[in-house]
This record gives sequence, C-alpha cells and structure tokens, in this order.
Amino acid sequence: MSSYYHEDDLARFGEMGKNAPELWEKFQDWYGAVFEEGALSQREKSLIALAVAHAVQCPYCIDAYTQDCLQKGSNLDQMTEAVHVASAIRGGASLVHGLQMRNVTQKLSM
Amino acid sequence: MQSLLRQQHPLAVPGEQLRVLNDPALAHRSFDDALERSGLHPLTSTGIEVLQINVGKLCNQTCKHCHVDAGPDRNEVMTRETAALCMAVLEQTEIPTVDITGGAPELNPQFRWLVSESKRLGRHVMDRCNLSVLLLPSQKDLGTFLAHYQVEVVASLPYFMAAYTDAQRGEGVFDKSIEAIRLLNGLGYGREGSGLELNLVYNPVGAFLPPPQASIEADFRRELLVRHGVVFNSLYTITNMPISRFLEFLLRTDNYDRYMQKLVQAYNPAAASGVMCRNTLSVGWDGVLYDCDFNQMLDLPVSFGAPVHIRDFVHDRLDQRRIVTGQHCYGCTAGAGSGCGGTTV
Repeated sequence: MSSYYHEDDLARFGEMGKNAPELWEKFQDWYGAVFEEGALSQREKSLIALAVAHAVQCPYCIDAYTQDCLQKGSNLDQMTEAVHVASAIRGGASLVHGLQMRNVTQKLSM
Repeated sequence: MQSLLRQQHPLAVPGEQLRVLNDPALAHRSFDDALERSGLHPLTSTGIEVLQINVGKLCNQTCKHCHVDAGPDRNEVMTRETAALCMAVLEQTEIPTVDITGGAPELNPQFRWLVSESKRLGRHVMDRCNLSVLLLPSQKDLGTFLAHYQVEVVASLPYFMAAYTDAQRGEGVFDKSIEAIRLLNGLGYGREGSGLELNLVYNPVGAFLPPPQASIEADFRRELLVRHGVVFNSLYTITNMPISRFLEFLLRTDNYDRYMQKLVQAYNPAAASGVMCRNTLSVGWDGVLYDCDFNQMLDLPVSFGAPVHIRDFVHDRLDQRRIVTGQHCYGCTAGAGSGCGGTTV
C-alpha cells in the first residue's frame, strides 16, 4: 500500500453501509438533513464543514468540501478565511491550555 | 490565446470530441439510459419557441471554456443570404423569440439587420453579448442600437471578482465588462421599469457545477452594486459543457473523469424534462439546423427525418422532432438543469 489515503476512496464511502446498513441509513438521513437550508444557508454550512475538515485534518472532507464550497458559489478568499477560523481555534485551544500549565506551576511553586 | 482550430489541436475536430465522450475506457452511464429510466426516451421537441441563430465564430475574446472555440482568428460568419432564410422562417411561423448568439454576434455585419427584421415581425430578441464588444471603436453606437430595439441583453460575467472572470475570459475583461454594464445601465438597461432587460450569466470558473441560482444572484447583486455601482435584472447560472475548449481543459488537467462523474451523479429527470433543446431550434452560421448550440459545435445536426437546413424548413417536421442526444447532454441535466436561460427546474 503506497499510502493510507486514496482519492478514489472518497467515492467508495457508501461501502461503509455494507455491514451496518441501518446505522448507515440513519447517518445518511441525518447527514443530509444537517446540510439542508435552515437557519444557516447551505453555503454557510459548507464553509463551516470546510473549516472543520481542516481542524480534523480529513483529506477526504477537505477534497469534498472544497468542491462543495466552489459549487455553492464561495470563492478562495472566503474559503481561506474559513480555514483561518479553524486554525485560529486550533491555535487558541492550545494556547488557552497554557492556563492549566500556569495553574499547575502556581500550585507547585512557593 | 488562439482557438483550438488555429492551434491545430486534435479537439478542434468535433469527431475527436465525440470519440472522447464515447470512449469505452472512460465510460459513464449512457445518457440515453438515463433518459430511458426517467421515461423520457426518446427526447422530443415540445414545439419551437426559440429560434437561436448562431451567426458565427468570430469573437473579440478567446475564453478558456468557450464551447464554440470562437475567437478573433475564426472567420466563419453567417451571410446575408442565410440570415434572410432565417427571417423568412420567422415570417412564416409564430416563433416568439429570436436568440442571437456567436462568437460575438454583434461583429457579424448581419446582426443589426437580423435584430431590426425580427422586431419588425414583432418578436422578442435576445443578444448573447460578451460585454467587452460594446467598448470596441467599431461598436460605439451598439448600446443605443440595442436600447432602441429593446433587445434583451444576456451577458456573460462568470464572477463578481476580477481575478476569476479574467482567469476564464482574459486579462482585463472584468474591468471592460463593468464599464460596459455601466454604459448599459446609463441607457436604462437593468433598471426597473425601463423595459430594457440586462441579464447576466454565471458559469463556473473551473471543473465544478454552478451554485443555486438564487443564492449566487444575491451575491452578484450585492457585490456589483457595492463595489462597482452597477445593476442588472437576473442572473442565470449555466453549467460548463464538456466539449471543445472546456473538454480540452478537463483532459489537460486530469479533471475529465471526475467532472463527468459529477454530471452523471447529478442527473435530474426534472431538468431533463425541461431541457432547452425541447423548445429551441438552433441555426448554424451556414444555415444547418441543430437541436441546440452544443450539438451544433459537435457537428450533430437534427436527424430522424427532420430537414437539416434552414432553406428546407418545414414547421411540422421540426416542431415535434426527435432530439439528437449524447453524453455531453448530461451538462444540461445536472442538478437544477442548465440552459441558455439558466436553471431549468
């Protein structure tokens, strides 16, 4: 195996329904409903998905939601800002744990 | 940039495009199978409501996605004789709309005659305009002419940001397009109550499908007004057809298979039912008849016993004709559908 990730596997996602069809069907229904137009537009949801895809570092999701964002009319400026939002949260999440470090240090120090 | 024809590119030949589209090694579900499953096979005309006249391949731009392979280096243009045959057909029928396209149709010396004759016959006229043509010194009175005859202007503008539009249509085209829209707005085009319709056409700048029409229209309206102070009536979204230059792009960038998969997966029976070829008759620059402008570029004339040249036009043999279909037709049936008037469902 040359790589753990293969572009063609994205189209094979449906194979995950083979051994647990009922669970797959529930996932599919829920997933579909999540991305319907609602209080948020489909385009906003797609940009959120793109940001989350970067946060969870899923290459399949990045591929799929880059395409989906373009297909929803978003441009590279908007998509780049979405990735920055994900990155800022990831960076901030690390940084805010610094308070834990400070608390422990404070507790141990004279 | 030169046309595929000038480059002597293999894809300049319609037969080579069809060979790629029908290549068994790149096989996708047959379009006719998809129609069959939707109960739409064979696809037939529901009556000619639009006479679409392609007056030729000459254009002042060379856009990267152009299905016509048009450009300044093309010289196929409709003659007065063929234009007169089109008007004779219009006179003997009640076809309500004349849709003039190209190339840049305004560069054909017959364009203004076709417009005035069609209006004399009381028909609605649409001009498929690339906008930049309005700024050519030879066309300085074009806007006034279009306004005088109340021609509906359907103008290409793939995105509201310069970088994207220029990437597809050529360096500097966006700025020229905005200047041309400003000129048209000055004549009343795109302004409510003026009776002068200016509709813009979005098509994706790449190998992806168009967004929902209403959503991107709202973006265009806001951005064009705020950034450039220009207005328009409606925005039509059109899918890029996997033929000619766009096919060359898809193959060159290894996007062909994936793009075709997208189109096939997005096949929508409702879009197929409302597809534009069902109410359109397309005339080529040389008078040959086609079911649509895309079939025209693939050299697929009307068939199944229908007369193939405008000089042999017989309404009853064309009005309910069977339509010639192929794998490229997925381009018009994906998602919300795509036609010269935007989405079809």
